[in-house]
Formats: sequence, structure tokens, C-alpha cells
Amino acid sequence: MQIKLKVFRYNPEQDKKPKYQTYELEAEPTDRVLDLLEHVKNYVDGTLSFRRSCAHGVCGSDAMRINGVNKLACKVLVHDLHTTKIRVEPILGLPIIKDLIVDMEPFMEHYRSVMPFFVNDEKPPSKERHQTQEERARFDDTTKCILCACCTTACPSFWANEQYVGPAAIVNAHRFIFDSRDRAAAERLKILNDQFGVYPCHTIFNCTVACPREIEITQAIGEVKKAIVTGRLD
Amino acid sequence: MKTHQYEVVIVGAGGAGLMAALYASKNASTAVLSKLYPTRSHTGAAQGGVGAALGSSEEDHPEWHTFDTVKGSDYLGDQDAIEFMCEEAVPAIYELEHMGLPFDRTPEGKISQRPFGGHTNNITKKPVTRAAHAADRTGHMILQTLYQQCIKNNVKFHDEFQVIDLIVVNNAAAGVVAVELSTGELHIFHAKAIIFATGGHGRIWEITSNAYAYTGDGIAIALRRGIPAQDMEFFQFHPTGIYKLGILITEGVRGEGGVLINNDGERFMDRYAPTVKDLASRDVVSRAMYLEMMAGRGINGKKYLYLDVTPEVVNKYAALDGRKRPDGSAFQTTGEEILAKLPDIIDFCQVYLGVNPINQPMPVQPTAHYAMGGIPTNVNGEVVIDDKNTVMPGLYAAGEVACVSVHGANRLGTNSLLDLVVFGKHSGINAAEYAKGASFQPLPGDAGEYSRDQLEALLNGEGSERVTDIANEMKQVMFEHVGVFRVEEGMQQAVEKVRELKERFKYVRVQDHGKIFNTELLNAWEISNLLDLAEVTAVSALARKESRGAHARDDFQKRNDIEWLKHTLAWMRDGKIDLGYKPVTLTKYEPKERVY
Repeated sequence: MQIKLKVFRYNPEQDKKPKYQTYELEAEPTDRVLDLLEHVKNYVDGTLSFRRSCAHGVCGSDAMRINGVNKLACKVLVHDLHTTKIRVEPILGLPIIKDLIVDMEPFMEHYRSVMPFFVNDEKPPSKERHQTQEERARFDDTTKCILCACCTTACPSFWANEQYVGPAAIVNAHRFIFDSRDRAAAERLKILNDQFGVYPCHTIFNCTVACPREIEITQAIGEVKKAIVTGRLD
Repeated sequence: MKTHQYEVVIVGAGGAGLMAALYASKNASTAVLSKLYPTRSHTGAAQGGVGAALGSSEEDHPEWHTFDTVKGSDYLGDQDAIEFMCEEAVPAIYELEHMGLPFDRTPEGKISQRPFGGHTNNITKKPVTRAAHAADRTGHMILQTLYQQCIKNNVKFHDEFQVIDLIVVNNAAAGVVAVELSTGELHIFHAKAIIFATGGHGRIWEITSNAYAYTGDGIAIALRRGIPAQDMEFFQFHPTGIYKLGILITEGVRGEGGVLINNDGERFMDRYAPTVKDLASRDVVSRAMYLEMMAGRGINGKKYLYLDVTPEVVNKYAALDGRKRPDGSAFQTTGEEILAKLPDIIDFCQVYLGVNPINQPMPVQPTAHYAMGGIPTNVNGEVVIDDKNTVMPGLYAAGEVACVSVHGANRLGTNSLLDLVVFGKHSGINAAEYAKGASFQPLPGDAGEYSRDQLEALLNGEGSERVTDIANEMKQVMFEHVGVFRVEEGMQQAVEKVRELKERFKYVRVQDHGKIFNTELLNAWEISNLLDLAEVTAVSALARKESRGAHARDDFQKRNDIEWLKHTLAWMRDGKIDLGYKPVTLTKYEPKERVY
């Protein structure tokens, strides 16, 4: 099938302002959008720049806005889009470096701010710390996060105020807050009990829709809010 | 040119690099350079599990794990290194758990383990549950956990820096040269010790499970600096990649009871591995699949077979095999259980194939997956540069880029994650200790010159060759002739073709002449790495006149221990490949015929 691929272009070394460039190419319905971008880069215009690595939705490199919706380009097939006109733009709310490449550092800074690491200073047993299957299941969903930024950059609260830590950071806090082995839940809840912590979340659900790992993000944020209000983790 | 100085510099931020960083940074100033954000590393794509004889739900021993790994390696693995890895496995996995890694749990709350190919109870010869797992995203959880701990411990990262060259002074490692992707500027990293943890090079082949980033940068850089590559003819083809796409379908599917089925509806692994069947080691299963397809029993006569994990089929064969749960009850499964244990696999199949594996079989074919070969090291992670295992001071390698050798001619599933945890840790400890007792080598005045020359040659190329065409021709010829089955004539063709492509590569043209994120330029440089490694692989394979592990020749079908129980070393000298050999370390296990 014939595809019209309209791509956001911006090269700070040459362009005063961004522009769109349209490429017409032949594609299979089962091609990934990433395959189309690769085709353009390899055969039409080598200057087109984007990040990618695993090409099957587990590394999180190629988050972009595809027909207005945040997706991983490697996890969207042409036929999923139900149109032959495909528009590809960088994710919103992070500084654009070149074409589809954005500066991830503000996103990573928010992630690092919520203590996204396991804390337990008690002397460990000689084998594993025991955890029941129910305790393990309690935080399973939020362990899937690949830090692609699809959620945070789909969030109107984040667009409105870049100081908001954003859904991805809260998801990663949730992963530890509800881990029965961890001992720093109170500290994380204190960090998130802040005007730029959980409160800018107005349960718009954009994050949940955007997540390529199908994490129930809005629910996770809700659970963190509830823990802040009640002081309890059940 | 900006110069940085650290006692230890680690190149690569996958599992091995991050584990090394956690340990090196305890005792020495340490920095990690990575061409990707660390969490984008390919460790994150590993699925099924990490091997260790924890014995969570049945009897198991590190000695059994050691023997299985030696046998799996087709006796090419160094037995002292394998024993070290399998002994270290048990504390290493508990250590990951103590770092917070969310392993799945047994009903008693212990780390859950599943069966995997080639891992057996050494007495009954039946599959043993040895693969500790977190659903089917074990690699993801290892990568995330190690990165989280690096944040906790304030490890210094230089993200999106692509290392181009190794600086060698007085025959010792003295630093690396890297391109900062966001500016295009070259930086010198002056160091006392350098750890290469750059991963593999499966992008040489047309059908691969490997990420775009898997371009063998570490080995290619080392080869250009006179360091040999070891056992490069041994590259693992994983039996179950998604047809045409190559995306990995974990062996854990077969661990959970899935079976391979041919066009006659037959579960054919019965005929090739009567004891462990679908859970034979990967080289054995991939060859069986090829033989089925060559005999016209591919599905609809095509180059794929079915991997079936629908509950009806799993339960049918589990009953026929008399398979039991660890508690002694009959093994029976449900769609819900399969969904809980293999959620990502089901997601991949639905996204890329429109197939739900709970109701339908998956079309699969062998996919280029893992480099057993790489930069030769000893058990301390130190790089060794000749047949006498002479150490290059200050240079270390760990993970897939390294060849210790613990995988020999064929790696067992779950041993790659184990390798990177164990040898990442020990290379980190040893590099820091070395750095504490060493001084910085003086940097040469022109440290960045070779890097600049390589990049400028690509930028200023005036020919009409397109990088993609060259890459595609390499991938096709390597997949066809240096793949699962090999013969003299085909490998010879591959060597000649790759040499022709290397010649043509001198005339490639890069359109992007910018500085900022010039991914076209760096991708082209990566293809030059793959071309070098393809040549080394094909030349090493052509010379080895036997069949062993992943190196299966139609014209020499038997293993030949008298002439070929030895490691290959390949040097790149003046544009030529020179081969040498060194002995395999045997300790307790006499080479025997391999039967599964």
C-alpha cells in the first residue's frame, strides 16, 4: 500500500524553525512505523534522526507522537492506524534536540527525584527475603515500566507545568512503595505529598492510554494518593 | 578536545556494565559511557530467566549446573571458569534479590524457578527447575534493578556517548575516545582501567533477535588495536524467533510445556532428543528445526514451524511425558496460568502477528541470538591477548562481548544473564583493585586522531555506495552460509562476499554532515564494525573442520576432539585475518558424546 508519511523535521544547525516533510512510500500493512522511518533514513534522507534500539517494544527508545497519540514507533503497525496518512512528531513537553529526538534529561531528573530504588538496610538473610505471591502481585504492574516517557509527555498537567514529576516518576515510586520488602515508603510519600508531586494529576487517563506496557497508571497514581491521605499501604 | 579522567571507565551500560559499575565505584572513581540511555540496553530484552542452582522447589546443585554447562558448551567451555560461574550463581542471585529484584515467588515465598533447555537433574536426566524468573521479563528486571542501584549509589554516567577507539600506551589500556552524540564532539576518557561491556553483534545476520544497537563495537575496536577475538565461529541461533521478524520467543515457553510442531502435526523433538525433547539445548533444537524444514515439513512447506503453548496441547504432551509438578502432582495448565507466566510473549504475538498464543500456535524460525565468542578474558575479567593467556594490563571485558569462555560452542539458556551478573561483578572488583595500584599511562598527543580519521573518511566519502545496501548484502550472505548449517563452499562464498563488501564500504556516502545527533554517521561506523566481525566469523568458521555446538558442518558432521578441542583466536593484521589456537581448560569432565 502507498503511505504518505509526514514527519516533523528540525535541525538546529540549519533551520530557524521546525517544518514538516512528507515522504511517499510503499509499505506492507504489517510494517511497523519504525520500519517506515528506517526506510526513509536508509533510502531517501539520511539526515532524518530518531532514536531506536530493540524494535519490539521493550527498550523504550522510540516514543513519538503518531497521528497525535504517543506510541512506540516499533509497536504500531501500519494497519493499526486505519489510514494511509501517517504523521510523526516528537513527544510533547521536552526540549526538541533534532527531528524526533528530545532531551530526556528533565524526564530522568523527575524519575530520580522519587527515590526509584530499593531501600532496606536491615541485614539480609543468607538466602532470599521471603515474599508471598500476593505481596509480589501487589506491585507487579508498575514493575513493567520501561521509562519511554509516553505517559508523562501525554499528560496535560505536565504540559502545563514541567515541574510536575509526572506519571512515570509516580509509577516508579509506586513500584517500591507497595513492595513489602522495602522500607522507604514514608520518605517517597513525603516527596510526592507536594504541589508538584501527585496533586497535579487530575485523573485524565491520558497516561494510561499512552502506556505501551499497558500499565494501569491512573490507578497506580490513585493508590499513591490514597496512601498519602490515609497513611496506610493496604 | 575535552579530556576526562577516571580511575575506571566502563563502556556499555547493560547488565554487565552496570554490575561492574556498582562494584568498581565502591573503591575507585568510576564512570560509565553508553551509546544508549542505560535502560535501553539489550539486557532488558532477555526474557525467560537467570540460571542458578538455588533448589527453590526441588533438589539441585552447582555441580549439576556446572556439568550441564560443560556439556551444553560441547566441551569447548573452560571448565574452571564454568565451575566458578555456577558456584557464584547462587550468592549472585540472592544478591540481586537483596537489591530488590522482583522475582516471581513460589507458594512458600521463595524465588520461583522454571525448567530451561539443557538444565537437568544429573541423576534422573530430566529437566530441572533452575531458571529464576520475573514473569518473562527477567532481563528487564535485572537491568532496571541494577540501574536503580546505580542511581542510589551516585554512579557517574555519560549517556549517549559512543566509544570509537581504545587508547593503548606501553601495551596497556590508557583510555577511550568517544563521540558525544548531542554535540558530535570527540572526548578523551583517560583511565587506569577500562571495562568493555558493549554486548553482542547479532546484526550481522538477516534474521536476528538482537537490537539495532547490537553492532559489536567493543570487539571491533579491540581488533583494530591488535587484540584477538576468540571463538567467533560460535554464534547461537535461538530456535524460536517470530517468523520473518526474528523477535525472540523465550525458551520459557517450552519450559512452561510448549512444544514444537511440524506440518504433519507431529511433535518432532521426540525423534531428536528422546529424553528432554523440546528442552534440548538450543543448537540441537535449531538444527532439528532446519532438518524438518529441509525435509519439507515446514508449515505449508515454508521456512517456519509452530510453537504451541495452547493449554490443550501443553496438557496433552505433559500427560504423555508423565510430567509432574515439583510437589508430585500431574502437570496441567490453564490459559490464565500461561498469561500470568508469559505476558510479554502473548503481547508480542498479538501486536506483531495478530495471534493469541493461548488459542493459536506461534509461527517460529531460528533467529541469530547470542555471541559465544568475543574478546578473550580469564576468569578475573582481564583481557588476554595471545595463546599463552598474557594479560593486557588495565583492560577488562564482561558480558556478551567477552569470551571467558563459559559458553564454549553453545550457551545454555539463562546462562547469559548469569554470565553478566557474575563476570560484571568480578571485573568491576578487579578493575578497581588494579586501578588502586596502578598509575595513569601518559596520553599520546594524538589520542583522538584515529577516531577522527575513521569518522572523517565516512563524512568525506565521495563514492556512490549506500550503507544499507552493503549491510543487507552482508546479512543475507551470512544468514545463508554462516548460519545454522554450514559447508566449505558456502562459507568460502561468504568470506569473499564480505571482503568485496568491505572494499565497497570505502566508497560509502553519508548525507548528514551535521554535528548534532548525526545518527547516520554513527550507524555507518557501526556497519563497518559488523563487516569486520562478519569477516572474522566466516574465516574462523571456514577453518574449523568439525561440527561442535553451534558450528554445524554438513561436510564434517562429527566433533573431532583430537584436532579441534581448542579455542580459535583471530587477529586483524594489515587488513588480513590471522588465526591461532589455544587449549581448552579441562578439569573434571572428560569430553563425551552429547545426547539429550
